[in-house]
Amino acid sequence: MAKFIESVGRDTLKRLEYVGGLSIGLWAAVRALRTTLPVIGNRYRWKASIVQMFQIGVEATPMVGLMALCCGFILAMQGGSELRRYGALSLVIDLVAIGFTREMGPLLTAIAVSGRSGSAISAEIGTMVVTEEIDTLKVMAFEPIEFVVAPKLLGALIAVPCLTVVCNVCGIFAGWIYMFFSTHLGLKLYVREVLDSLVLRDVVSGLIKSIAFAAIIVLVGCLEGFRVRGGPEAVGRSTTAAVVKSTFLVIVADMFFTAIFYFTEKH
Amino acid sequence: MSIISVRNLVVEYGGRRVLDGLNLDVEEGETMVLLGGSGAGKTTLLRNLLGLERPQSGSVVIKGVDITRCSKAELKRLRRSIGVSFQSAALFNSLTVEENVALALREHTSLAPAIIEMDVWMKLAAVGLAGFGKLYPQELSGGMRKRASVARALALDPEILVFDEPSAGLDPIVAAELDDLILFSRRVFQMTVVVVTHELASAFRIADRIAMLYQGSFLAVGTKDEIRASQNPHIRQFLDRVPDNIATTHVVESFFQKYLSSPEVTP
Repeated sequence: MAKFIESVGRDTLKRLEYVGGLSIGLWAAVRALRTTLPVIGNRYRWKASIVQMFQIGVEATPMVGLMALCCGFILAMQGGSELRRYGALSLVIDLVAIGFTREMGPLLTAIAVSGRSGSAISAEIGTMVVTEEIDTLKVMAFEPIEFVVAPKLLGALIAVPCLTVVCNVCGIFAGWIYMFFSTHLGLKLYVREVLDSLVLRDVVSGLIKSIAFAAIIVLVGCLEGFRVRGGPEAVGRSTTAAVVKSTFLVIVADMFFTAIFYFTEKH
Repeated sequence: MSIISVRNLVVEYGGRRVLDGLNLDVEEGETMVLLGGSGAGKTTLLRNLLGLERPQSGSVVIKGVDITRCSKAELKRLRRSIGVSFQSAALFNSLTVEENVALALREHTSLAPAIIEMDVWMKLAAVGLAGFGKLYPQELSGGMRKRASVARALALDPEILVFDEPSAGLDPIVAAELDDLILFSRRVFQMTVVVVTHELASAFRIADRIAMLYQGSFLAVGTKDEIRASQNPHIRQFLDRVPDNIATTHVVESFFQKYLSSPEVTP
């Protein structure tokens, strides 16, 4: 029994330590973010940030778009099969529009980005640790956080919300495909219905979430990368850990954000 | 006054003492070789000399600044006068050889691009890589990569040049070329050179003085001839390449005897 309590305590401390590491990382990265900004920052960091925006955002667009189309169609079909029984098929439009802007869009995007870029980030940094490149940066009087982490953070903070918008549009478009085949609803009318059912708050709350998810994915990826000790197999383990932990944390954070938006909403 | 002076340096990892009260002075303009076997603490000493790790106690004073206690800004300023070539070369894989060498010049100085280009070309020519600037590190051989990392270490015209295992993983001819390069760059650029190695031939070729490290402390610090004439049994063992008795038939037999009489085998 004592052993059990001991292990629970030890595990709890480990988790807390991890969250502490993330917060320290967040603080350091946000402070270093200034150097990546155009004009006032460092030219080379800004360039690196643009490269990151391409890698995290533009290159993921086809995949995220296709995923959103599939999920939008799934959501419409599942909703439609139930709502049809109550003669409320038109509510599918609200379901897809609100479901995507508030929830599915940010979450789907975050999961796609965590699988694509979270793993890539931790593998890149982990390799840099193993090959002494991080040490080299330090002895060359560079700040690794500023050099490696900050451009990735800025890239993700800009690319992920943009991706989320793409995801929303594709998901809602898939809703129209369903409505077209079940009721021959025209696209113009569908769009008007969608705009009627959405309020600005839905879109903004989704984008706020996506910004938080972007920060989580980048920070977990970087932290896992910097924690690599030993050889190449440690890099592999860190990549897995980065994807698993960032996906988990994204869902936990999503729950908190949704709760906040739910309780602050005027009913 | 010596350019590097180490006083009572103690480093422990998890209670195990890796460096045990080291004292060392490196004079300006000399080549100091830190010689020792595997696990003697060479790399740990090097990391402490570069400020990559903080020791438990003791001080490392470089150019009058104690790097174990100074601020981050001071350490950064000091690091610009130290060039380091790591064991694994640690070139940045996403940059070309030229960009690797130019990195510190571009970011730490306000030199015009044309001047940087010229300087980079000169440094690459000095290490015999004049025509290879446009290649990526992956496209170079091991020896060329090491030489490129020397060029990068020379980029800011440092006062102190540090090598970690310059000849590790290289064939004897390329290793000898690297020794020549170290001698050449010291003669041309008038630098203090610190080399960490376990290669006897290269140590005796390049050293002005040798510090012999054994199990975390210095057995002897002296000129090549003093080390060669030393009667210390550990130094003699290292210089005469006498193996420890770990794999003689006698030792293996006694292991078996012990195993056969242990309770697991004969209950």
